[in-house]
Amino acid sequence: MKNFISMTLNGRSRDDAVPGNMLLVDFLRETVGMTGTKIGCDGGECGCCTVLIDGKPRHACLTLAASCDGTEVETIESLETGGRLSAIQRGFHEKLGAQCGFCTPGMVMAAEGLLRENANPNEDEIRQGMAANICRCTGYVKIIESVQAAAEEIASKEDAA
Amino acid sequence: MNETMPIDPEKVEPVKSVGVPMPLVDGPEKVSGKANYTADFMELDALVGRILRSPVAHAEILSIDTAAAEALPGVEALVTGADFVGQFGVLPIARTEWPIARDRVRYRGEPIAAVAAIDVETAQKALDLIEFEYTELPAYFTADDAIAEGVTPLHEKRPNNVERHVEYDLGEVDKGFEDADLIREGTYDCAEVCQVQTEPHAALAAYDGERDQLTVHASTQVPYYVHLMLEQTLGMPKSKIRVIKPHIGGGFGSRTECLHVELVASALARKCNGTVRIILSREETFVTHRGRPEQKTTLKIGMSKDGRITAVDTTTTQHGGAYAGYGTVTILYSGSMVFALYDIQNARYNGYRVLTNTPPCGAFRGHGTVNVRFAFESLMDDMATELGLDPFEVRRKNLLKAPTFTANDLMVNSYGLPECLDIVEKASGWKDRKGKLEPYRGLGIACSHYVSGASKPVNWTGEPHATVNIKLDFDGSLTILTGAPEIGQGSSTILTQCVAEVLGLDVTRIRILTSDSLVTPKDNGAYSSRVTYMVGNAAIDAATNLKAILTEAAARKMDVQPEDVECLGEVYRAGSQDQGMTFEEVVIAALEGTGTITARGNFDTIPESWGGDKYRGAAIGGSMAFSYAAQVVEIAIDPDTADIHVEKVWVAHDCGKALNPLSVEGQIEGSVWMGMGQAMTEETRYHNGLGITGNMLDYRVPTIIESPPIETHIVESIDPHGPFGAKEAGEASLAGFLPALTNAIADALDIRVSELPITPDRLMEIMEDKKKEASKKVDA
Repeated sequence: MKNFISMTLNGRSRDDAVPGNMLLVDFLRETVGMTGTKIGCDGGECGCCTVLIDGKPRHACLTLAASCDGTEVETIESLETGGRLSAIQRGFHEKLGAQCGFCTPGMVMAAEGLLRENANPNEDEIRQGMAANICRCTGYVKIIESVQAAAEEIASKEDAA
Repeated sequence: MNETMPIDPEKVEPVKSVGVPMPLVDGPEKVSGKANYTADFMELDALVGRILRSPVAHAEILSIDTAAAEALPGVEALVTGADFVGQFGVLPIARTEWPIARDRVRYRGEPIAAVAAIDVETAQKALDLIEFEYTELPAYFTADDAIAEGVTPLHEKRPNNVERHVEYDLGEVDKGFEDADLIREGTYDCAEVCQVQTEPHAALAAYDGERDQLTVHASTQVPYYVHLMLEQTLGMPKSKIRVIKPHIGGGFGSRTECLHVELVASALARKCNGTVRIILSREETFVTHRGRPEQKTTLKIGMSKDGRITAVDTTTTQHGGAYAGYGTVTILYSGSMVFALYDIQNARYNGYRVLTNTPPCGAFRGHGTVNVRFAFESLMDDMATELGLDPFEVRRKNLLKAPTFTANDLMVNSYGLPECLDIVEKASGWKDRKGKLEPYRGLGIACSHYVSGASKPVNWTGEPHATVNIKLDFDGSLTILTGAPEIGQGSSTILTQCVAEVLGLDVTRIRILTSDSLVTPKDNGAYSSRVTYMVGNAAIDAATNLKAILTEAAARKMDVQPEDVECLGEVYRAGSQDQGMTFEEVVIAALEGTGTITARGNFDTIPESWGGDKYRGAAIGGSMAFSYAAQVVEIAIDPDTADIHVEKVWVAHDCGKALNPLSVEGQIEGSVWMGMGQAMTEETRYHNGLGITGNMLDYRVPTIIESPPIETHIVESIDPHGPFGAKEAGEASLAGFLPALTNAIADALDIRVSELPITPDRLMEIMEDKKKEASKKVDA
């Protein structure tokens, strides 16, 4: 049985027929071909597949593609504008929040969700906001610094505007 | 608009790259999701590979009936052990593992067959149709059981299940103990732990039947070893094989040896004349782990009243699973590194590497050194307390004085440990705060060290340790070609900085291509912290050779002697008044008559660094340089829940010249944190050989919530042979966390924790026992 779904993916609307048991992460990677969203575990353990659904961070490995009918889905591929890194991506790049980079798309999307909700989080709020994402390289020190740097950059841009 | 800005030679200076904190050269693709890892290559015609795994821990294989599976529509290939012509393994003398089991299975989860099918469902259905008949054999899950009287050997050549017994006696150990004022002995046990790198193992193999050529993308730290093992197990000429290492989601030693996944995918691809993708699940990645073995260490130290260590006697046993893997090297590292951090002349060692019916262990970050360091720094602290000495002072009493050789002939030319100790003592406020914290709070200190690459390679070929090529072409672009695998540790960035520094150019002028056997020079791989030291030196050599070519070309053009040419990076000139030539002009001059230039650089270790020959295997531990680290851990323990909260870590790491202070910090923080995981929560557990922690929840990896602030200090004891004086940065700081934590627990509770991980329930039990003891004493 296939389900017909309409969603907005990274700002573009699309219609698809998906099997009822297809996970969103497999839909994104195998059907759409967007491999920025990673799979690091067997379901709900690592957060590497974090995407935004209607603006909220969600595990794409715990979400059925069919359940995304009528939603807006955003992945790591949506963040760059005009070929330039977003403030959060720049933060992770410049502050070394990414080492091997495998958890990074999920981390960046979790941070994106967090900063949309709370533009000026303190350290505890950053920890709470990123708690569903595992990194094995950094010890998280520079991930916290990356999110802080991004928040500052976003704030300074808004001040200037 | 001018294409190039006019250059004012007055203002041109060589660009500094070394010592400059710099983001990773491959950072933009990582943060944008564009970096392709092995599973991200979506080959349209790729078949799904799946592996059938043994349900028993030890058995004779009677038959594997694959007829029904092979007949299933959609199954394109099926392989068993019979499809391979050779075994694989790390050491040439211990290649005992078949990519898929033949005759016998030795652990639960060992591959017994594999299929390639058009989709996951078909592949899984095919596995279900395979009939596996076997006769169970006695299985052993602990070292004691495996070496008991009358056991069934796992391997014929190892009748008592001891893979390797290492024994040495250096100096005068008995006399050392006679001279001691205090002798104490302790036993310390560390659980098996797993790397849990975030990217599960994966391989994509494409076989071109027309040309008999195989192309393999593999998530590996050692593409060269994978190449060799493909040749060995498939019986294919090396020249017909191409191995590519794409982006890698972490290593930590989990893929420091060839794994069966690459070999099985390749065998399937060849059998079906097509492309096969195997992506292991997280649970399978735990089975394929090659983690740190469970290790029990009994340590005896003799100490004089003033804290000088007079003798050390270590007996340690690792049970490392069903195959040798790196096991022999691991047990040798434990022996060569346990005392060599300090100036100790009398040392005895008995190390046993035991075979058990569990998935094979390997070379986890800090290879072989971590668990014995935990034992050593724990006992040292207890003895300091007993003698009324400060833990810092005891360590200072036993420092080496570089340059020197340790008792087991390890060459030490730079030794920044004294400075590391000074820094963390001051930064943590040790002198003012130690012993004066509130109840249930504690401070602990420990030191650790690690090699900067093994001086003798596993595969001795007579080639240099490292080779780097730099290609320079008509467009003035420089491309570094290196086999050194970038696995997230930042090696591509470091190599780019080394080349940029020598040529005085900005790093953005330089591109780097890594680990594709078609175009990059062979490299042994990313392990034992060898890349910065060895490949960094080769990169410097290559850049120096290139600079000489460019300088000569500039001299020719300007009609001066090469020694009169000054290289300013973007400008080459003869004398300060000379307008000079731009880099582009020099490139055009250099290419005249020769065309595209490839400059090569090499690096080799010196014999003094090979570790001597006082006992069999003494070469393991031999390195061109050692990094050193000291760390102080502060904790607060909840008296009701026994939950340990790490308040802060102060760490100082001597990495020689910090080529990139930003990435050095990242390496140190990651090491400390990984040590915290092993110390506090991580443990690979089995029930009758069946993994029961095969996910990141039951195998409890620390989250961002409980991860502490880490204050990192870099100590630069310039190493005479290191690239710009650099040494290892990514491993040494791991080991110190374990004993620093338990020393902090001893400070807080007066309890010596000798078993890790120290989870809250375990600590609660110890605290309860202590209370009962105390109340008994009161009653009595």
